[in-house]
Amino acid sequence: MDFLNAIILLLNYIFVPALAYGSQLALGAIFVTLIYGILRFANFATGDMMSFGTMFTILFTWYFQSVGIGLGLLPTALLAIPFAIIFMIGYMLLIDKFVFKYYRVNKSPPVQLAMVSIGVMFVTQAVVRIIIGPSDRRFFDGEKFLIKAGEFKDITGLNEGLAIKSTQVITILVTVVLVSTLFWFLNKTKTGKSMRAYSDNEDLALLSGIDPKKIVMITWIIAGILATIGGALYGLDKSFKPFTYFNNMLPIFAAAIVGGIGNPFGAFLGGYVIAFSEILLTYAYKKFFMYVLPESMAPDGLIQLLSTDYKFAVSFSILVIVLLYRPSGIFKGKVL
Amino acid sequence: MRKNLNVIAAYSIMMGLIILVGIFQSWNIALSIFNLCLISAVMTMGANIQWGYAGLINFGIMGYTALGGLAAVLISVNPVQEAWSAGGLNILFSLFLIIGMVLAIRYVLNKYEKSKTRTYIIASIIILGIIIIRFVSEPGIEAIEEVDPAKTGFLGGFGLPIIFSWIVGALFAGGLAFVIGKVALGLRADYLAIATLLISEIVIAIIKHEDWLTRGVKNVIGLKRPAPYEVNLQQTEWFINLVEKFNSSKLSLISDLTERQATLNQFVIEGSSIFVKLCYSGLFLVVVVILLILTQKALYSPWGRMMRAIRDNEEAANAMGKNVVKQHLLIFVLGSAIVGIAGAMLVTQDGLFTPGSYRPMRYTFLIWVMVIVGGSGNNFGAILGGFVVWFLWIEAAPIGLYLVNLTTAGLDDTHFLKVHLIESVPYFRFLMMGMGLLLIMRYRPRGILPEKIEIK
Repeated sequence: MDFLNAIILLLNYIFVPALAYGSQLALGAIFVTLIYGILRFANFATGDMMSFGTMFTILFTWYFQSVGIGLGLLPTALLAIPFAIIFMIGYMLLIDKFVFKYYRVNKSPPVQLAMVSIGVMFVTQAVVRIIIGPSDRRFFDGEKFLIKAGEFKDITGLNEGLAIKSTQVITILVTVVLVSTLFWFLNKTKTGKSMRAYSDNEDLALLSGIDPKKIVMITWIIAGILATIGGALYGLDKSFKPFTYFNNMLPIFAAAIVGGIGNPFGAFLGGYVIAFSEILLTYAYKKFFMYVLPESMAPDGLIQLLSTDYKFAVSFSILVIVLLYRPSGIFKGKVL
Repeated sequence: MRKNLNVIAAYSIMMGLIILVGIFQSWNIALSIFNLCLISAVMTMGANIQWGYAGLINFGIMGYTALGGLAAVLISVNPVQEAWSAGGLNILFSLFLIIGMVLAIRYVLNKYEKSKTRTYIIASIIILGIIIIRFVSEPGIEAIEEVDPAKTGFLGGFGLPIIFSWIVGALFAGGLAFVIGKVALGLRADYLAIATLLISEIVIAIIKHEDWLTRGVKNVIGLKRPAPYEVNLQQTEWFINLVEKFNSSKLSLISDLTERQATLNQFVIEGSSIFVKLCYSGLFLVVVVILLILTQKALYSPWGRMMRAIRDNEEAANAMGKNVVKQHLLIFVLGSAIVGIAGAMLVTQDGLFTPGSYRPMRYTFLIWVMVIVGGSGNNFGAILGGFVVWFLWIEAAPIGLYLVNLTTAGLDDTHFLKVHLIESVPYFRFLMMGMGLLLIMRYRPRGILPEKIEIK
C-alpha cells in the first residue's frame, strides 16, 4: 500500500505537471527550431510572439464570454484559439514582409537577423502591453478538475490523492495531435518534404525548383499556429502575464538546443527533458522516502537536491553542459 | 576638425537636449538622466569592445552588471560580526573545499589522457564535492541567515570606501568572464548569445537566492556614499553661502526677511540634491574619460588592428600566427570587466542593491540597442548610443503622453480608448526602442556614428 502511495505521490507532483509543462515547452521549442532550421536565425522574439498569440486568444475568449458562447465543461479559449491563430498568422506574415524579408534577401549573417529579432521583441512586447496591459490574467473557465484529489482518495482508499487538472489533459492531448500532424506534414506531404530539403541544403533545394517564398510563408504559418497554441495552453494552465512569457523564452531555447536545434523531433523531446529535470531536481522527496523506507530510516531533511528558487537555473545548466559536450544537441541538429 | 564634425554635432545636440530637460522639467531630472547616461556609456563601451572590436556576441551583460553591484555591497558594507562568528567558519571551509575541488580537477585534467574514465573521475569529484560542501555549508548558512534577519542576515562586507568596489567589480566580472569564456567561446555566434544569456540568468538566480552573501531579494539599502549627504550639506556654512551667491539676484527681489529666509531654504534643499548629483557626475565623467582614452588608444594600436583582423577574417588572422582563442578570451574578459565597473557605479549611485531589479530587458537588450544604434566599433558612437537611448528611455513616457493627447484630442477625457492609452504610456518606451532599433538596422546598419578606420 505504501508503495502505491509513493507512486501516486510522484505521479501527482512530478509526472503529470512535468508532462503538461513539457508539452508547452515542446511546442515553443518546435517553433524556435523551425525558424532556426528554415529562416536560419535564433528568434529572440519567441516568448513575446507567444504572448501576442495568447493575447488574441484572451480577447476572443472575452468576446465569446460576453455574447454567451461557451463550450460548457471545456474552456471557451479552445473556441477562441482558431480565430486567434488567423490574426497571429497575419501578424507573422506582416513582420516577415516589413522586417525579416529585407535581411533574408540580402543574405545577412544570422547574427544580424538575431539582432533584428530583438527589435521585433521590443515592439511586440510594447504592443501586447499597450493592448492588454502587463498584469496577470486568468482566462480559464469550465470544469477545473478531471479528477479531484479528494474523490481519488475516496475511490481508491489511498492516503495520497491524485489531482488531474482538465487543462493538463487538454494540453497533453492538443500537443499530441498537433505534433503528430506536424510530423506527418513534414515527412509525408510534398510541401513538408520540400521544407526539409530547404532546411538541409538551401542551394540544392532551389536548384530542384522549390519556391523559397512559399517555404518561408508556410514556415511562418506553422510558427504562428505553434506559438498561439503553445502560448494559450500555458496561459490556460497557469496564467497569462507578458513578463512570464518573455522569461519562458529561456527554457524554450534550452529545450530547442538540448534537442539539437533545427530538429523538430529533438525539440519535442527536449521540452520534456527540460521540464522533467527542472521538476525532478527541485522536488522535495521527503514524503516519498517516508512511504518507501521503513519508519526507522525516515529522513529528517526535505531531501531536496536544489531549492525551487533554482528551477530556471537547472534547465540552463543542462543546456550549458549539453552545449559543451555535444554542441549539436542530444539528437544531432539540422535534420529537419 | 572637419572630419570629426559629425561627432561634435551629435554630442552638441545630445547635450542641448539634456540642457533643455533641465530648463523645462528640472535640473534634478536632467542631472539624473545625465548620470545614468554616463553609466550606460561605460556599459556600452564594454559591450562595444566585445562586439565592435572583436565581433563577440555577449548577451550576459546583466550578469556582469549584477556582479559589479555585488562588489559594491561586499566592499562597502560593514562586516556583520555575529554572522561571521555564527557561520563564518563553515563558509570559509566550504570556500577551501571549492578551491580544493578545482585543483583536484585540474590535476586530473593534466595528469591523465582524455578518456572516458577521466570524464567519470571528474564527474564524481564534482558530485562528491557538491554533496560535501552542502553538508558543510548548510548549518553555517542557516546560522548566518538567522542573525537578525530583518536588518542583516548576511555576512556583510569589508567596510571599505565604496569607490574601491569599482575596481573589485571589474575583477569580479572579469573573473566570471574568464570562466565563461573558457567554456563557451568556442561556440558559434548565436549559440554563444543564447549561452551567455542563460548563464547571466543563472548568476542572477544565485545572487537572488543566496541570502547569506547578498541578502537576496531582501535588498541591501543605505550603502556608503562617495559624495556628501544632502542633509549634512544643508547645514554647512559654505554651501548655504554658495547657494545664496548663486541666487542673489532672485533673493534680493524679496524684501520681507522671513520670506527671504524661507526661499533661501528652498534653494538650499534643491541645491543640495543637485550638488550631490554633480559630485557623482564628476566621478563618473572621470571614469568615462579614462576608459575612453584607453579604449581609443587600444583601437588604434597594433593590438586593435589585430582584433579587427580577427573579427573580419578569423581564419586569415589565425594563418598569420595570431592566437585567436587567446585574444577572444582576453577581449571577453576586458569588456566584461568594464561592464562590471558600470554595475558597481550604478549601485554606488543608487545607494542600494536590489537583485530583483536585474532583468535582461533593461540590462542586456537595452545595452545592445545602445551599441547598435550608436555605432558599433566606434567608441564615440557607442557612448553616444548610451546617451541617446537612455535619454529616450526616460523621456519616452512624456513624449508618449504628448502624442496620445495629440492624437486623441477629439475624444472625450473619459473615453475608454483615451483612458486606456494614457494608462499604457509607460510601455511606449519599448515601442520606441524597438522601432528605433529596427529603423537603424535597416537604414543605417552601422549606427549613428559609424566605425571609421584611419590608415596612417
